[in-house]
Amino acid sequence: MKRLLYLLLLLMISPMTYAQDAEMADVMRSNGKIYVVVGIILIVLIGLITYLFLLDRKITHLEKKLPSAKH
Amino acid sequence: MSTAYLCMKVWLKIVAVVLLVYVHLAGLLMEAPRLNILNETVRALYFHVPMWFGMVLLYVLSVYHAIRYLRNPFHGHDVKSVEFANVGTAFGILGMITGMLWANYTWGSPWHGDPKQKGAAIALLVYFAYFVLRGSLDNMEQRARLSSIYNVFAFATMIPLIFIIPRLEDSMHPGNGGNPGFNAYDLDSRMRMIFYPAVIAWFLIGYWIVSLRIRYRAIEEKILESDL
Repeated sequence: MKRLLYLLLLLMISPMTYAQDAEMADVMRSNGKIYVVVGIILIVLIGLITYLFLLDRKITHLEKKLPSAKH
Repeated sequence: MSTAYLCMKVWLKIVAVVLLVYVHLAGLLMEAPRLNILNETVRALYFHVPMWFGMVLLYVLSVYHAIRYLRNPFHGHDVKSVEFANVGTAFGILGMITGMLWANYTWGSPWHGDPKQKGAAIALLVYFAYFVLRGSLDNMEQRARLSSIYNVFAFATMIPLIFIIPRLEDSMHPGNGGNPGFNAYDLDSRMRMIFYPAVIAWFLIGYWIVSLRIRYRAIEEKILESDL
């Protein structure tokens, strides 16, 4: 905990030092593989959102079949 | 029987989708604070915490409609109340699972006995009991009235369990038990620029799902009515 607080203090003092402090997935970023992960996640996300839009449209169709479903 | 209707404007749905895509892109690609132990998992904040914020916001709307039902016993208020609680609970379960996965790799085990984790689990159990209560009553008016009252108590239990008790005890969650809040993490507000849109986006998606469920129930009730 103390180490983390010290680190945070350090980060506030100098933005130059914190670039080397903690290990991040820099290799994955530099060789561009990260975009593969981002692409896959976005496909799943957009797929689910599209599904939600289609579900919405289906319900709207049903509502039109029963005009009094809206009140 | 009067039915509930909850409409959501198309532009709001589009705002939700655009924000969500932005959150996923920026959350994965933008610079994140470099912290030991957390390392790259600090990004989980953009995806795990909005689940809880979304849950709390949906529960607020649930208790709001429960109180409206108690003031004016209109069946539609009860439908809204239960559907907001339904989707809120789904968000809570996702928040719990994502939190356990994150804790496994940063705290050392999925169930750490952290006060906030325990509080959130108890709050979810309190809401599970709400659905058990509803399921155990056949009379619709009795179910609506008793569960509305219970909803108020559930909400009043959830707030201290999640927001107050973890701050009094020694919690590992940021902003609790003497730990720095996530203010300390987002040096130049970078995280905030992604986190707040994430909360708004997920809440809007939750609201959208609620509106679909309520519209579906309205159709179902209409069909049942015409059959009788």
